[in-house]
Amino acid sequence: MEIYLDNSATTQVFPEVADEMTKIMCMQYGNPSSMHLKGLEAEQLLRKAKETLAGILKCTEKELLFTSGGTESDNLALRGVAAAYQRRGKHIITTMVEHPAILQTTKYLEEQGFEVTYLPVDGSGRIRLEDLEAAIREDTILVSIMHTNNEVGAAQPIAEAGALIKKLNPNTLFHVDAVQGFGKAKILPKKMGIDLMSVSGHKIHGPKGIGFLYVGDKVRLKPIVFGGGQQNNLRSGTENVPGIAGMAMAAKRLYEDYDVDVCRLADYKAFFIAGIREIEGTQVNGLLPESPNGEGTAPHIVSVSFRGVRSEVLLHALEEKGVYVSAGSACSSHKPQPSATLKAMGLPNDLLGSTIRFSFSVFTTREELEYTLTVLKEILPVLRLYTRKR
Amino acid sequence: MFKAFLIKYAEIGVKGKNRHLFEDALVHQIKVALKRCEGKFFVHKTQGRIFVEAEGEFDFDEVVACLKQVFGISGICPVVYAEDAGFEQLVKDVLSYVDKVYPDKNKTFKVNARRANKNYPKESMEINADLGEAILNTFPEMTVDVHEPDILLSVEIREKIYIYSEIIPGPGGMPVGTGGKAMLLLSGGIDSPVAGYMIAKRGVKIDAVYFHAPPYTSERAKQKVVDLARIVAKYTGPIYLHVVNFTDVQLHIYETCPHEELTIIMKRYMMRLAEKLALDTECLGLITGESIGQVASQTMASMAVINEVCELPVYRPLIGFDKQDIVDVAEKIGTYETSIQPFEDCCTIFVAKHPVTKPNPKYIRRHEEKLGEKMEELVNKALETVELIVVE
Repeated sequence: MEIYLDNSATTQVFPEVADEMTKIMCMQYGNPSSMHLKGLEAEQLLRKAKETLAGILKCTEKELLFTSGGTESDNLALRGVAAAYQRRGKHIITTMVEHPAILQTTKYLEEQGFEVTYLPVDGSGRIRLEDLEAAIREDTILVSIMHTNNEVGAAQPIAEAGALIKKLNPNTLFHVDAVQGFGKAKILPKKMGIDLMSVSGHKIHGPKGIGFLYVGDKVRLKPIVFGGGQQNNLRSGTENVPGIAGMAMAAKRLYEDYDVDVCRLADYKAFFIAGIREIEGTQVNGLLPESPNGEGTAPHIVSVSFRGVRSEVLLHALEEKGVYVSAGSACSSHKPQPSATLKAMGLPNDLLGSTIRFSFSVFTTREELEYTLTVLKEILPVLRLYTRKR
Repeated sequence: MFKAFLIKYAEIGVKGKNRHLFEDALVHQIKVALKRCEGKFFVHKTQGRIFVEAEGEFDFDEVVACLKQVFGISGICPVVYAEDAGFEQLVKDVLSYVDKVYPDKNKTFKVNARRANKNYPKESMEINADLGEAILNTFPEMTVDVHEPDILLSVEIREKIYIYSEIIPGPGGMPVGTGGKAMLLLSGGIDSPVAGYMIAKRGVKIDAVYFHAPPYTSERAKQKVVDLARIVAKYTGPIYLHVVNFTDVQLHIYETCPHEELTIIMKRYMMRLAEKLALDTECLGLITGESIGQVASQTMASMAVINEVCELPVYRPLIGFDKQDIVDVAEKIGTYETSIQPFEDCCTIFVAKHPVTKPNPKYIRRHEEKLGEKMEELVNKALETVELIVVE
């Protein structure tokens, strides 16, 4: 039995996507820059992929830039904007709960002389708009906020933040890391005041090593990779044609059945949360106080703290039963590295090392979740028997 | 230019009537090690020498690195060899050798000829003198020093002629397999791989046992142990790694015995299990990476209590080493980087805040008695479910 509940780490590739990619690698293997027919064939695959993605985002095809994934998209957005707009200002705003691809990049930019404001979050993992309002200045060139938090599934008020930013300083650009949100939420950059947006292929049942950055047509960007001048000189390197085609196909499939799937996932989440509540000594993290069933948060991520159990032990115990999950924080008795997100949300110390993330996908079934709950009820009492004696 | 290596060995030379056994073992170990290298090699012994001759192309650096991992080798001499085509040709070969190997001629030298082929027309002393003269005439910067020469140029006349002068140090020790076999208690830490290396260096073949405690230790922790065994196996040859599922034994001790004594009792059971496996696999001893005073279970008092459960000798090659000494060896043999990967820390529940450092054997025995028959069952089950991994 294999129950994969770690879909926020990566997802299984749709079989038809894998088939399509194999076909492209074996038959339509041309370089889109080549002048002959094989090149044209590859270029048409690119164009088709762009059409698909532009249709989903309701943007133009020119506004899509393919990268190697979420991390590169985040790097290009932040460093590209910082380099292009540094004469206008050197202030950047982000949050305390971003992915390391953002936080390590802002750290680098701080070393380069930029000033970065990190917005705190409330107990549900969301930023407060008042904090954002107070942070925006004349010299703020960029605000970067993640769409969906990868650890607890908190959904940030993106549209509201976009409107607020544009109202207070129309020159400030807005970047959204939508690696966890794309495919699980409808995100329309132009309607939400988003200027740049990062997306990764392997979180949406596409391949690894591919992603894209939406770059609004008014945004100027400096490249961070130099070479043959592909993609308008903004991202040199031969385009990953099979990856791009595969990612677009996966996105298309997700958004075709979007309403049904997301509704089902939200139901599952409510069901799972209810099941977790039946287990003693548990706490579900990242929920909004007004909706204990998980409404208003990502439909596919449930973060749970299990009192008195080390997350890594529970993870391996679940693994023995065929259930794959993530630990909310790295476990090491010598070098405790509690999760920055959980800490920022104010989780008490004893729960920081006891948190597990369950993340669903369109392949997840209700039976799998029932089984997982049964297994939890079975192993938790045993694991709790054996805690470190004082 | 080098097509062969002369292998020097130190201790084997003094082994009397057993000498051929040691030499054969060394030849065998060299052959096994060279399988990792590209190219074909012919390994043979003649009159107290072992030669490795390459047939065709090979990577010099790769072969040297490989030979440096074969215990029993004290020195590796890259050799140029030629067919015997008269003394004039030999002079030419020697001059060409000196010219190529020593671009800087400002050196002292001595020629050391050895005539194994007694039919050769010149005697050793004569060869020394004639070759020395030729070198002095051709390279005027070079001078002779018979006491402490920079270059000791050896010329051996056998069915072929061998010329060499450089000696690359080998690891020393004795060929693996000449000293019997022992069971290494291998963990994911820094010490135990080094302990295995050191005992293997004395010619001992190594089997290993690892105590795995899922879900408290992860699959990655186990993989780390396999990776470590693989590095040690480069020196020792294939290692049979016995993976014991130790969780139930550990939990039973945890439930029954005082917490401060957990580690001591746990280690006593590890020794018992290791000894059983050792006896089943014809091992003559156990090897651990203990060093006096390093942790609570490695005080003299603790080790005495741990030691009393087994009859096989327990070899502790690191017993007098400081941590840094151990780290130095670990770095030299290449296990350190792997050892410090942080995967093994989830079994902290089995570690007391204040473990005993002077356990009283009477108390320990009494507390162990409480484990009862159930423990026997659990131990037998652990032995029945051992997973064997052959690490090469």
